[in-house]
Amino acid sequence: MDVEPDWFAMAGNLTLELPTDLRTIEIVVESMIERGRNIGFNPDRLRLNLRVGLTEALTNAMLYGNCKDPDKRVRILAQFSPHEINIVVTDEGHGFDPVGVPDPTTPANIRRARGRGIFMIRQLMDHVEYNARGNAVTMKLINGPGGPIAHAS
Amino acid sequence: MSFDVQRVDSVTVIDVKGQLIVGNRQELKQRVLDELEGGARRFLVDFAGTGYIDSSGLGVLVSLSKKIREQGGELRLANLNEDLRTLFELTKLDTLFHIANNRDEALTSF
Repeated sequence: MDVEPDWFAMAGNLTLELPTDLRTIEIVVESMIERGRNIGFNPDRLRLNLRVGLTEALTNAMLYGNCKDPDKRVRILAQFSPHEINIVVTDEGHGFDPVGVPDPTTPANIRRARGRGIFMIRQLMDHVEYNARGNAVTMKLINGPGGPIAHAS
Repeated sequence: MSFDVQRVDSVTVIDVKGQLIVGNRQELKQRVLDELEGGARRFLVDFAGTGYIDSSGLGVLVSLSKKIREQGGELRLANLNEDLRTLFELTKLDTLFHIANNRDEALTSF
């Protein structure tokens, strides 16, 4: 008899505190993707959407939030359920105004080397929200079939 | 991430293996700039062995393309997987680069 895995038992919360070290990003992202796989999340959404959201949020936190200061930390709070993944990435920086981030796809900006990270997060995560200070981003990814592109919020 | 560099006729072909991300993008950038400094002008980056490129990696490609163009050369890309094509389309960088389906197509059209 086939036994359906108990996805809910494998879900749960996860907190991590990382040093400001870019080398940790790939390891953490792969670990989160694996955790999503283990609870039956759509692998397409993990491989592209979650990877982009988490990679870019951690990169921004380390490069621009913590200004590469190895003494500063980045905190991750992740909630995994079979229906959705919620992740909060918080740095120790002064924050920024996400409203003021220009669209990197316009003719004026497309040849710029920087400025695509937040745009990519917004395009590929189902909900994105910053705290008032601008040093914490909350991202939601909803499970489900279909293409990899979420409706940006 | 690792990469191999070889000459195919007049084209410098760079095979990127692994992920091109913020932690390693400078290695690729420096290698291409070294080749440019050495006189190479036609570049093809082959992503057949690449699973992911983050925004920093995309930024390096944009930056390199500009520097190569300034020297009268060209940077082309090939073998993007489905996820990478999606990222190039989302960011509209597919309008900035010549993207070939495979290496042969890219080489013959140079």
